[in-house]
Amino acid sequence: MPKLTVEDLKKIKEQQRAAFSLREGKFRAKVTVHMGTCGLAAGARDVMDALLEEINNANVTDVMVTTSGCAGLCAKEPMATVEIQGEAPVKYVFLNKDKIRRIFKEHILGGKPVEEYALVVGSETAY
Amino acid sequence: MEKRPRITMMLCGGTGCIAGGSLKVKEAFERELSQQGLADEINIVLTGCNGFCAEGPIGIVYPDDIFYEKLTPDDAKIIVQEHFIKGRPVERLMYKEPVKKHAIPVMNEIPFFKHQVLRALRNKGLIDPERIEDYIARDGYMAAAKALLEMTPEEIIREVKNSGLRGRGGAGFPTGLKWELCSKVKSDQKFILCNGDEGDPGAFMDRSIMEGDPHSVLEGMIIAGKAIGATKGYIYVRAEYPLAVKRLQIAIEQARERGLLGEDILGSGYSLDIEIYQGAGAFVCGEETALMRSIEGKRGMPRPRPPFPVYKGLWDKPSVLNNVETFANVPPIILHGADWFKSLGTEKSTGTKVFALTGAINNVGLIEVPMGIPLRTIIYDIGGGIKKGRKFKAVQLGGPSGGCIPEHLLDTPVTYEDIVRTGAIVGSGGMVVMDDLNCMVSVAKFFLEFTTDESCGKCTPCRIGTKVMLDILTDITEGRGKDGDIETLEDLANDIIAASLCGLGQTAPNPVLTTIKYFRDEYESHIYEKWCKAGVCRSLVTFYIDPSTCTGCGACARVCPQKAISGERKKPHSIDQSLCIKCRQCYETCKFNSVKTGPRDMFKKEENTEVLEEVKK
Repeated sequence: MPKLTVEDLKKIKEQQRAAFSLREGKFRAKVTVHMGTCGLAAGARDVMDALLEEINNANVTDVMVTTSGCAGLCAKEPMATVEIQGEAPVKYVFLNKDKIRRIFKEHILGGKPVEEYALVVGSETAY
Repeated sequence: MEKRPRITMMLCGGTGCIAGGSLKVKEAFERELSQQGLADEINIVLTGCNGFCAEGPIGIVYPDDIFYEKLTPDDAKIIVQEHFIKGRPVERLMYKEPVKKHAIPVMNEIPFFKHQVLRALRNKGLIDPERIEDYIARDGYMAAAKALLEMTPEEIIREVKNSGLRGRGGAGFPTGLKWELCSKVKSDQKFILCNGDEGDPGAFMDRSIMEGDPHSVLEGMIIAGKAIGATKGYIYVRAEYPLAVKRLQIAIEQARERGLLGEDILGSGYSLDIEIYQGAGAFVCGEETALMRSIEGKRGMPRPRPPFPVYKGLWDKPSVLNNVETFANVPPIILHGADWFKSLGTEKSTGTKVFALTGAINNVGLIEVPMGIPLRTIIYDIGGGIKKGRKFKAVQLGGPSGGCIPEHLLDTPVTYEDIVRTGAIVGSGGMVVMDDLNCMVSVAKFFLEFTTDESCGKCTPCRIGTKVMLDILTDITEGRGKDGDIETLEDLANDIIAASLCGLGQTAPNPVLTTIKYFRDEYESHIYEKWCKAGVCRSLVTFYIDPSTCTGCGACARVCPQKAISGERKKPHSIDQSLCIKCRQCYETCKFNSVKTGPRDMFKKEENTEVLEEVKK
């Protein structure tokens, strides 16, 4: 193995950044894919796979992907909620691979919600 | 390209959690994940000691920051299916605060973690200690690069001196000053040594760092090595720390392969190699001159100083010996500067200190706190208070070299100076909390037994003196104490402190002196009343039941192995003294404080017949 230089150290640090921003909790955006029984049956797994693939390919490190259960609107699954830090969350419905790819590019990277797939902006009142 | 994980679970792989089964938990998770086809989407990483050992095995799930405790292999399935797949964290397995019993899932809201500041333990639970890439990702070796390529030895020393960093092994000698003294000595060979011979009972600060973040120790040594002009480094670790030895060895090999150890590190022209030396576990080998003799292959015994090791150390060459935690503190000082380091702590005690919190406390574990924090905050906020709601009696700091600090001094800030004023020392960081079930004479005897055993025998005051003190303490706890014993103990203690060769003897009497200072009444009741009020010394106690408060619940009778306790339900019980073996189980069990202790002879003397009559009724 060749000896490391300072440049190599920086490179290694950069390569590890994605895994570590996960552990250190630095995020700009959070995507929740609703993966209850209804979501899974409607194809949420494909949506998740496509989303993870996009994130990998785009090499972004500040997007957190999480799952949750049924969003309550089983008729419109697969659903996902996109939250950009400091902005109200947007709920998307009837997703598929292509739609989530477009949401990733336009909303998560571009900052502009994809209106035609969106159901609502904001969260339900809890408690 | 490696697929990026969506979730990472950091599973504690410290010695404590491994003993608790964390390796099996890891296997179970991996099996479940591969069955679900999630192996490359969810990452399970085995990391170093998390510190909250009382709740182990521990798993922290990122990015959600969910804290799972006491995991078993059986829990893998439910966590994977509920939390990882459906996003519903499993509340049943989350940490619960002792007082409230509500699940508090988020890590930084748990009081145990809230008051801590992590510097020496900065990578605790965040990295896989067996992967150098993980360390580099957290700025690892960037400080070494800065020190080797951009700084002169004088600049490194100035930065460390200005930071105020003091030896974390216990004595608190200024680290920068030690380096400066050694750097000025001219020699063809110099050594940089790391003291990982952690020997205090109940202490595991250094072990956790070596196991959880071994590269931080190597990086600290490289920086120190450049500052003093060292040509070779040794890490002295006790052989009882096999996991620490293994992880250090892996770290050294990884660093060598990548040219971070060896010739011409990072192209700077500076060369240093580091080796591990395993000690056989003698307490005295933590003393610097004895440690160096031990590395030389000789019997580990101290020698008189001067000459100090910075002039004549290992193989009579100039050497600097620093503790594991001291080295772990060095890289951030170089990277962020002395002012950053000084921003925490007090004027003379800067930065943070790692403590191993053990004993009668709810949150047993490993903590790092800013210097100057009051003992009370550590014990009641971070430690969660005394177990089973009992009463605090004393906290022991500094192990066999330290002392016991009583309740009325709990607001003492943790700094080198303030703790010494109480008669204890900060020490390497062992903190043993004791409740009212402890007899302080027995506690002093326990620590003295340890030092008597570990005395190397070279100098008379330590070899004979500690033995004589131990004999007197044994007499006191077994009912043969006599007038004048306390004074003899004090005289002997002062002589041993004044005349011993090394730190072991010079500090061995501290536990006795501090307990006499703060708990003299206990010594006196042992000697004059023949009464161990905590009921620990079997020859000095009588257990009896106070009929005025006994509810007749029968709990004491159920635990009594001798069936010496009898009585009707819901009526006061009594103890048959002829059967009682003084095991103390009834005393610890009674919820109403109705089981009391009395002097040894309470039923033999005439003046006690009244009590006896009352009890018989």
